[in-house]
This record gives sequence, C-alpha cells and structure tokens, in this order.
Amino acid sequence: MTTAREDVVAIDDLSVAFATDAGTIAAVQGVSLSVAAGEVLAVVGESGSGKTVTARSILGLLPETATTRGAVLLRSRDGAEQHDVVTLSRRQLGEVRGRDAAMVFQEPSTALNPVYPVGWQIAEGLRAHGRISRKEARARAIDVLRRVGIPDPEERVDHYPHQFSGGQKQRIVIAQALVLDPGVIIADEPTTALDVTVQAEILDLLRRCRDEFGAAIVLITHNMGVVADLADRVAVMYQGRVVEQADVRTLFSAPREPYTQQLLASVPRLGEGRARAEERASRRPAGWTDAAPVVEARDLRIVYPGRLRRPDFVAVDGVSFAIRPGEVLGLVGESGSGKTTIGRAIAGLTKVTGGSLQVLGAEMNGVREKAFRPVRRRIGFVFQDPASSFNPLLTIAEAVAEPLVVNDRADDPRAARGRVDELLEAVQLPRSFGDRFPHELSGGQRQRASLARSLALDPELLIADEPTSALDVSVQARVLELFAELQRELGFACLFISHDLAVVDLLADRIAVLHRGRLVEEGTGAEVLGAPGHPYTQRLLASLPVPDPEEQARRRATWQALAQVEGVLPAS
Amino acid sequence: MATSVTAPPEDAPRTDPSRRGWRRLPVVHQLRQSVGLQRGMLVAGLMLTGLFLLTALFAPLLAPYGHAQLRDADGPFGAQQPPSAEHWLGTTVGGYDVLSRVVHGSRTAILVILVAIVLSLFAGVLLGLVSGYFGGWLDRVLVVVCDAVYAFPSLLLAIVMAIVISGGQSSLFGGILAAAISITVVFIPQYFRVVRAETVRIKNEAFVESARVVGAGHWRIMTRHVLRNATRTLPLILTLNASEAILTLAGLGFLGFGIEPTAAAEWGYDLNAALSDVTSGIWWTSIFPGLAIVLVVLGLTLVGESLNDLADPRLRSRRAAGSADTAETPVVPGGALDAGPGGLDGIEETHR
Repeated sequence: MTTAREDVVAIDDLSVAFATDAGTIAAVQGVSLSVAAGEVLAVVGESGSGKTVTARSILGLLPETATTRGAVLLRSRDGAEQHDVVTLSRRQLGEVRGRDAAMVFQEPSTALNPVYPVGWQIAEGLRAHGRISRKEARARAIDVLRRVGIPDPEERVDHYPHQFSGGQKQRIVIAQALVLDPGVIIADEPTTALDVTVQAEILDLLRRCRDEFGAAIVLITHNMGVVADLADRVAVMYQGRVVEQADVRTLFSAPREPYTQQLLASVPRLGEGRARAEERASRRPAGWTDAAPVVEARDLRIVYPGRLRRPDFVAVDGVSFAIRPGEVLGLVGESGSGKTTIGRAIAGLTKVTGGSLQVLGAEMNGVREKAFRPVRRRIGFVFQDPASSFNPLLTIAEAVAEPLVVNDRADDPRAARGRVDELLEAVQLPRSFGDRFPHELSGGQRQRASLARSLALDPELLIADEPTSALDVSVQARVLELFAELQRELGFACLFISHDLAVVDLLADRIAVLHRGRLVEEGTGAEVLGAPGHPYTQRLLASLPVPDPEEQARRRATWQALAQVEGVLPAS
Repeated sequence: MATSVTAPPEDAPRTDPSRRGWRRLPVVHQLRQSVGLQRGMLVAGLMLTGLFLLTALFAPLLAPYGHAQLRDADGPFGAQQPPSAEHWLGTTVGGYDVLSRVVHGSRTAILVILVAIVLSLFAGVLLGLVSGYFGGWLDRVLVVVCDAVYAFPSLLLAIVMAIVISGGQSSLFGGILAAAISITVVFIPQYFRVVRAETVRIKNEAFVESARVVGAGHWRIMTRHVLRNATRTLPLILTLNASEAILTLAGLGFLGFGIEPTAAAEWGYDLNAALSDVTSGIWWTSIFPGLAIVLVVLGLTLVGESLNDLADPRLRSRRAAGSADTAETPVVPGGALDAGPGGLDGIEETHR
C-alpha cells in the first residue's frame, strides 16, 4: 500500500502476536490498510478476527504480551508530522495519542471514571497536551459537550458520569475524543452496548464528527447495519487477515469473496420470517385459538424493592399477554424494558408482585418453591450468555444430563448418556462433544448445547432469553435456524426474548413490544412490523439499521423526520 | 467457518483427561506454566518446603538423639556445650542436643499445621458455603462474628484459646491440639470469607440459575455447582496459612503457652529458653531454631506467593512471543483484547 499524502493512517504489513499460556498466537497477520482524511473506514469481522487488535495498534494500545511487526504510519492533523507508531517510545506515544488519533470505547459506562465530573475528564486530555488554564479548559469542555449534543452543557459539565444516560455517556466519550481535534477517531464497537434507538443517535453523531469536525473514523463493528449506515469503505477481516476491501456500496451489492457473501447472507433482515409464520399459522388445527394458554399474564406487575429510601423500581407494569400451546411469542424491548424480568418470572426466578401470571396451570403470584418444582420440569430455559450458563467443571454430557438426574429420570449422568447423545444429535453436535468441557466449545456450539439441555425433559414451554445476542452473525444464523427447526418438530410453546427486531421477526408468530415495563403493542409480525401503531414501535423500527446502504439512507431520512418530531434531534 | 476459529476442530485428537490428570494438580500445573523469576521463586519455595517435609518424615533417623534426651551411655550431655563432634550444633541451657531438637521440632510443626488447617478448612468452607448461599440473618451473624475474630490480635486470641483448651496441662497431643485449635480459631474467618465471597459471586452465575431452573435442590446446587467452583483460590491460602501457622505456633511456644520440652520439641520454646544465652555469647542455642523457623516460613510463603501470582493472569509472566512457533490461526475466543478481563479469561480458558 502506498502512503498517499492525504492518508491519515497507513498500516503496512502489520503482524501482531500474543504470548499466551498456550504458546504464541498470531492475532493479526500481514494487514495493510489506509484511511484517508475525512473518511469512515469500517473494519468488520467476527470475534477473534483481529479487528480490534488492528485498530488498537494505531494508538499503540496493545498489552505487553504483544509483539508487533510492520509499520503503522500516523499523520498529524496539519500533515506536518508522520510517525511510525510501532517504533515510538512511551513518551512519544503519549504525545501522539489524543492529538493525532483518539479512541471511543465500546462500553461508555466503564470508559468514564465515576469519581470525577465529566468536564474534568474532558479537560484531562487537554492538560496532557500542553499547559492550559483552568478557565480555558472548562470553556473548551463546555464547547465540545454542546457540539456532541449534551443539553445545558454549562451546567452539566460539572455532573458526574452516573447522572447521564447510556447514550449521553457515549456522547461524552466521543466529546473526550474530539476535544483535541484529532485527525482520526478509532471507534471500537461504539454502539454495541447501546439500545437501537440510542444507537441511531450515536451513529448520527459520529457522522457529524466526520462532516463537522473533519475527522476520519476507523469504525470497528460486527453489525452490518451500522456499516451500511456510516461507512464509506469497508475492510472485512477473517482470522487475522483482510480478506476483502471495497467501497461500501460495492461490498453490499457485489461482495467478491465467499466469506463476505456468507457473512452478508447470515444477517437477519426484517420481513424474512413472515412467510414462515404464515405457513405455521395455516397448519394449525381449527379451534387452536380456544386452547388453554400455556402462559397467561393479566395485569402482571413486578417491582424490585428500592433500598435505603430510594423508591421501588417498577420493572413490569400491568402487562397482559398469553402464549398458546405451540406458539412462539417474541418479546422485544430495549434494556430496562422488563423483558428479561418477565422471562425470569415465568421460570420462577423472580417474584411476581401483583396481577396474575398463570404458567402451565400454576399461579405464580405468591407461589412457593416446593409447589412450583413439579412445574419446572415442563419448562426449558436458554440463557443469554453461553459462556457462563455452563458449570465450567462439568462436561457437556454431565451438564445436559443434569435435568434428567435432578428429576429422577436417570440415576447418574452415565445412565443418561443415551438420551444425552440423542439430544446432542438433535442440536447437531457430534456425540463426542459430550466428553468436552464447556470452554472447549465455541460460543455457538455452547449455545446449541444449552438448547439441548433445555430440551432434555421435553418441555411444553421454552423461555429463550436473548439466546443469540452474544454470538457472531453467522453463528447466530445457524442457531436461529436450528431453533426454528426444533420448534417445528417438537412443537413447544416459546417465549423468545430479544432486543433485535429482525431476529424476533424471523422466529415469532406474534410479537409483543415492551417499553419501560409496559406492553405498547402486540400482534403478528406483519401487523407490528408492517404497520406499527404506537410511536415507540415506529421509532424502534426506524432506528434499526439495515444491511443495505441505499435502503439505509432512505430509512435514515425517515428516522430523522421521526426524531425531529419527538425532539430527539434538533431541527436542522 | 466461524466455529473453527474458537474451538478445536471436531476431529482433532484429544488428550485423554485421565492421563493428563497429574498435570492439572494444583502445584504441578503452576510449576509447568511458570517462567523466569516466578519459576525460580516457586522452585526455591518447593525445595525448602520439600526439605522441611522430608526432615519431618525421617526425623527419628536424621536426629542423633531423642528430643528430650539429656544423657547417653557416656553420661549427661552437659548444658550450653559449644558445637562439637558429639553435638554438631551444641547443647541447650537445659542440656538437650540442639540438632535433635531442631529436627524433631519439624514434626511438631507439621502436625500442628496439618491439624490446624484440616480443622479450619472444613469448618471455614462449610460455614462460608452455607452463609454465602442462603444469606439472610445467619449470614449476617457469621460475618459479624468473623469480623470480631479478625479484630482481635491473632496471637492474643491464640493465647486465650491455648489456656482455655489445655488448662495448663501439656501432654504431647494436648499441647499440639491446643496449639492447632487456637490457630484454627484464627484461620476459620479467612476460609469463611474467601469461600463466602466466591459463593456469593457464583450464586448469581447463569449456570447456577440454570440448575435452579431444571429443579435441582439446594444441597445439590451447593455441592455440585457452587462448592467445586469456589475452591480455586484455596490452595494458595492454604500455603500462606501454613506459614502463618508456624509463626503462631512459635509465638505461642516463645511466650510459654506451647508444648513442654519433655512432651515434644518445639522451636518457639527453644528460642525462649535461649533468650538469656544471647547476651552471654552462646549463639548456637538461638540461631538454629530461629533459622529453622525462617527457612520453613520462607519456603511456604514463596510457594504461596508464587501460586498467588500465577493464578492471576495479569501478574503471570509468559514466554516472550517468538516468531518461530507462531500458531497459524488465532485460537483466543473473543480476541485477546476484548474488554480486558474477558479477553484474559479467554486465554486462561483455552489453556485449561
């Protein structure tokens, strides 16, 4: 790659290796990339593809166990200086960081120090690069806060991080990156920890970073919708190498490499599941709608008691819904909307405070643990994080056999092995995987094993709490497909909880949208996603970035119009 | 495919876990993964500890005389004799052979350590598990009691316990038990706290909830899911406590609350008896028991501290990343850098 004069960053044949307990591991191999001034380069890839390591090497932010080869040329804003970050000393790195390149982290709640006011933290960057008076630092912090869209910056500059919402915190992190006016901003999954509606706002802000501040952006993400929304150029990484680099429109319309094609194909899109839901509906016997529901909630209310004079937190407020036998209800909502709480209440993990919740004939309001235990065996539960939902000291076979042993279907895990093998085959895992430990499986394999465990007792009801949100897109696609297949074969009723509308749309017969503990809309996929009635659903739908640059540009316009009506964005 | 990035391929040959078993044993495992200075510390500690264990095991063979022997065929040894061919390390003010006292003292030390640690381990782990798992008023009471025990100077507590337990008597086992139990009382809170903290953390892990969802009872969840995951840090507390137990025992002996010289040899007592010798230039009675205490404590502490460092991936040093044996595909789940601790955990998981 030639280093053209206007390139802010030029990475040339970069290789990074890590020393680990298991020997040396090459994370990045022979990567060459360049970012022009004012350009948004998206680096996409699955976890472990080396995208984060590549981006962090631009700032020299690698741990001591890393060995770096190759060159990372970083040009200063005015073009006067160019440094090879790989060879810089610690002190020189300190000068370059923040001034020439800045970083926006994934998790805004951990990137800010909770014991200092945000203005102080923004000024910290200014102080690190030359003497500046307290007054001037404050003025610049206020200025940059205003420019990233924090209301009343004069007052809020003295507030502490916990006084801001997640989206605002991410704005502050971006302000921190912008305050020194760097030539390039490295944004490492800047919206992954945020809700869809907030994500849309942050993406809008990042776009303004480029347009108004003239900063180039290196955007690391696994979300193809975000790429389509923001990027000018895309580099696809796989196993530490760049497999494809192209203009964003070219990449989405005509991906060259098979890997890229497969990656794009596995992204769930809205409307894909409608045909399937209709097919399922047509196969249902007459009178199905009259069948006794598996789960029925009436004015369900769940309150977490507040402690130390703080008010109680109402997680679920007057929610009514029903799941009939063999039906998949998709529960959608943002974090804090109470969707997980409802799932946990159905499984008896959280107490119901008010209203009525009937699960398989048992009333959950005021239920006793002993009385509920026989009902438990008829319920399966798939947890969100496959990494933590397995006891690390038990083999997969032992973990899958656990429900059988606990419920006296087998004396010990060995006796249950026959059934375990059947289950593993049902979720398309080889039998030999039964002898492995959880950490020897990948995330997708673990989630399939988790599905096998939840199906061990042939449950009538399955609760899946964000089962794919911790997985890569291509793995997610396969797990979802398997899920749909098993549901068709075994016919269990299911509560599918997710924050991703496209995923829910793929599987669910009916979709329920939660917003701040209240059910705002419920209906079939076609009803809710095709013609959303509630303004919140409309905004949620418009915020969802789709993996198609042309389509996304149109949707963005819709979203901006909606957002201006609601006052989220200033009228331009 | 994506799955092959993070997991071994399905047809990869797998080492038989039972044959690999000995390598997973606590100390052996750490010895294999350590490098450089950390390895040096661990090896030095293990050697000192090994020497201590061997001495204790073969004390009757190694020591020229018995621990309470005052005379042999040629008559009494004589008090405060300087080192000579008959008495390599001289004799004490009471007329005992110093070498024999030092060698036999290792037996007493190890007995006290074993009894103290076994007692405190069982009581502490059980209490911590129950307290952390069920919580509520029992938990609050136990935590307060343990904090109260912490607030006492541990030696003072041990002295009080020694008086209560032995009532001034001092047979061999009475003395050892008294010392061991007084040390136990001091140590139970440590095990209690560690196991309780781990239990509270693990109780909220998804796999425990998943066990609850399938209908497992409390006892089964506690033993099968929580306890086995809560004991990871115990080996290193164990070694650190062993060295502390020796110091407490020596302290008790030095203050005169330990074991009588006729019942068993005990380093702390010998040091106490050698107090008056120091000013009159008789060095051998105090140097050798003191040296024995220092070396054993040093050995155990070295083992404990290096286990501690090795257990923490952030403190563990690794072989430098060479280019020769670089693996072709990255096998770190989630990438080595993902969100700090998560990434490091990933590295650890791959290894274990």
